Amino acid sequence: MSTTSPTNSTSGTGAGPASPVSAQPDLLYSEEEEALRAAVRDLLTDHCDAARVISRTESDAPHDLSLWKALADGMGLAGLLVPEGRGGQGATHREAAVVLEELGRAVAPVPYLTSAVVATEALLACADGGEVLASLASARRIGALAVPLHTAPGAFFPAARAADGVLHGELTGIADADAADVLLVPADDGGLYAVEADAVGVTVTGQTSLDLTRPLARVVLDGAPGHRVGDAGPAVRRALRAGAGLLASEQLGLAEWSLAETVRYLKDRRQFNRPVGGFQALKHRLAQLWLEVVNLRAAARNAADALAADPAAAGDDADAAVAVAVAQAYAGQVAVRAAEEALQLHGGIGMTWEHPVHLYLKRAKADSIAYGTAGAHREALAGLVDLQAP
Amino acid sequence: MTDAAELRRRTQELLAAHPPATTARLDLLRARFDAGLAWVHYPEGLGGLGAPRSLQAVVDAGLEAAGAPDNDPRRIGIGLGMAAPTILQYGTEEQRRRFLRPLWTGEEVWCQLFSEPGAGSDLAALGTRAVRVDGDGWVVDGQKVWTSSAHAARWAILIARTDPDVPKHRGITYFVCDMTDPGVEVRPLRQITGEAEFNEVFLTGVRIPDSHRLGEVGDGWRVAQTTLNNERVAIGGMRLPREGGMIGPVARTWRERPELRTHDLHQRLLGLWVEAEVARLAGERLRQQLVAGQPGPEGAGMKLGFARLNQQISGLEVELLGAEGLLYDDWTMRRPELVDFTGREAGYRYLRSKGNSIEGGTSEVLLNIVAERVLGLPAEPRTDKDVAWKDLAR
Repeated sequence: MSTTSPTNSTSGTGAGPASPVSAQPDLLYSEEEEALRAAVRDLLTDHCDAARVISRTESDAPHDLSLWKALADGMGLAGLLVPEGRGGQGATHREAAVVLEELGRAVAPVPYLTSAVVATEALLACADGGEVLASLASARRIGALAVPLHTAPGAFFPAARAADGVLHGELTGIADADAADVLLVPADDGGLYAVEADAVGVTVTGQTSLDLTRPLARVVLDGAPGHRVGDAGPAVRRALRAGAGLLASEQLGLAEWSLAETVRYLKDRRQFNRPVGGFQALKHRLAQLWLEVVNLRAAARNAADALAADPAAAGDDADAAVAVAVAQAYAGQVAVRAAEEALQLHGGIGMTWEHPVHLYLKRAKADSIAYGTAGAHREALAGLVDLQAP
Repeated sequence: MTDAAELRRRTQELLAAHPPATTARLDLLRARFDAGLAWVHYPEGLGGLGAPRSLQAVVDAGLEAAGAPDNDPRRIGIGLGMAAPTILQYGTEEQRRRFLRPLWTGEEVWCQLFSEPGAGSDLAALGTRAVRVDGDGWVVDGQKVWTSSAHAARWAILIARTDPDVPKHRGITYFVCDMTDPGVEVRPLRQITGEAEFNEVFLTGVRIPDSHRLGEVGDGWRVAQTTLNNERVAIGGMRLPREGGMIGPVARTWRERPELRTHDLHQRLLGLWVEAEVARLAGERLRQQLVAGQPGPEGAGMKLGFARLNQQISGLEVELLGAEGLLYDDWTMRRPELVDFTGREAGYRYLRSKGNSIEGGTSEVLLNIVAERVLGLPAEPRTDKDVAWKDLAR
């Protein structure tokens, strides 16, 4: 077991504030994107109700693989980011972001962000590994990047030890590794290796996780065979940047559900012989939250659009780097506050296991750490936009 | 439908007939109005061509490229943004023809006589009285406040109480008031920055002919909604580059003055920089929605966010400056012609931005509006709805 750093970190290369405003991002949703949203929402409404998600968290199979099959294979969503020539749908981060908004809204226990975005982006950065990529894009298999979920783009990450053609080491905090068929493991020789999860020498054990719907796992490699698909540094950086950028759309979905559900409840819930939602102290809190959700939507669309604008260079493109860092420096607090406000304003029922608000709180809090905290992204911005520390 | 190509052609035609280099500014503005290129979405004959509003940019770009002067919209913002749309919607044909052209060219400046000392957030409680005389005119008595441009204005849009015996929203009528009437007295209202952007306006026996009434008698509250809704559109439609707002001067100071930096300020600056950038993106998204013809409720909240950010950012700026933050550029009582929130120095920005959460609707009232109109939460219990205005406590 050793620790390596990625080859280098992205530095500001012209996205500074003095540069002219580049092409305006498209912050709206196209008709096609709205149609995609409607289709995903329909499926989730039918197959991912809150009671079902809660009971699944108490089972031995925290991931809903039949729902995953319907989304990833049935609707072809696993391959959105993969070009058609490489076995995917040839769509962009804009569409994937819309899918993630809906998955966040339903707090769906499926490995979309981890497999169809993060693992997929890592492979897209690699020269080799086309077969693995195609198998993820077609949803025949699920992939997971074996980098701890809390890692920010450009930050240090642990690597396995490569020796005599096999891998050794223990990697913890790997999101959705439980559900993965193939693990993408960075090694201390600078390579990224595809490792079959069921191979001899590979043990994946679930960790008891704060977020019940995106569980973490410990991966132990004890002479595990791996196939080198490319260089770990650029692949991991690109994967984490895309993950961080699109996570903002998931966080938007979480926040939207929390706000909408709380507004609905407060119109209905009566105390002191009037709807609780009529009290000004509560109205103002909900209006503030709505403003933050409006802002988050703009930041999330901006990140998705920036990633879509130059997918091949997404990891190193400074515009995208700024857009992602801005979105992640903002999104965490909004999603967490929305879930916390939802819990508080639901009163006692919000504190129960039976009510789904805790699923959103746990996901939102975990998301605020995933792919780098807001603080880590603010620090990245200090370099990107030239607001240097003392 | 007039399209972009047609507007380009008409713009070139205007420029050929009135070359900016040899045409007096006012003549060119009048000719532009008469060519329907002033505000293309207005009707023909009233400065427009009935074209989509989004095509105005085509005309503006063509005229700017040719070096043509504009109508200095910041100086006549109240006329353009509030009076004009209201006159267009509620004015008689005669009123539209009389008022809109000199309003647009800036020959006649407009101000707004709405707020009163006793009617701020509760604007509909206003007490300025308009009493009908001689069958064909009105006499107005009362006091208005927070009136920008009153000292420069030729005309005012005015709401006054014409029937105190009905509930407050129903007894209001909307007028155009002649600011040169001898009964109009304008006094500067000095504010915490030291200067006087605004005025108090005292109305004593002011005569208004009935032909200067906008809308029906008693329908003034509804007419005023047009004015106020357009105010919000005007506030929401701005386009900013990154660091284009209040964050710009602080970020520049941070870069140029490393000796002022501390870790605590760095964390707070980065946090506010992110919020300013996100608010800018939200404004840009709103603008894109409007251009795409998909207006959403998002505009209702833009001002709330900008008010809070302006205050926090300018507060940080004063603190960043340290010893210099203890100084102020100038307390001299002045009457600026333009309102510029980012003008002058940090101390001014800090003090002036305190008004951002009060002017154009307090943040508290705007939060109620968002909660009730956007989120659909129950309205505040009303005790004044069915009470005649004259019987309200005040």
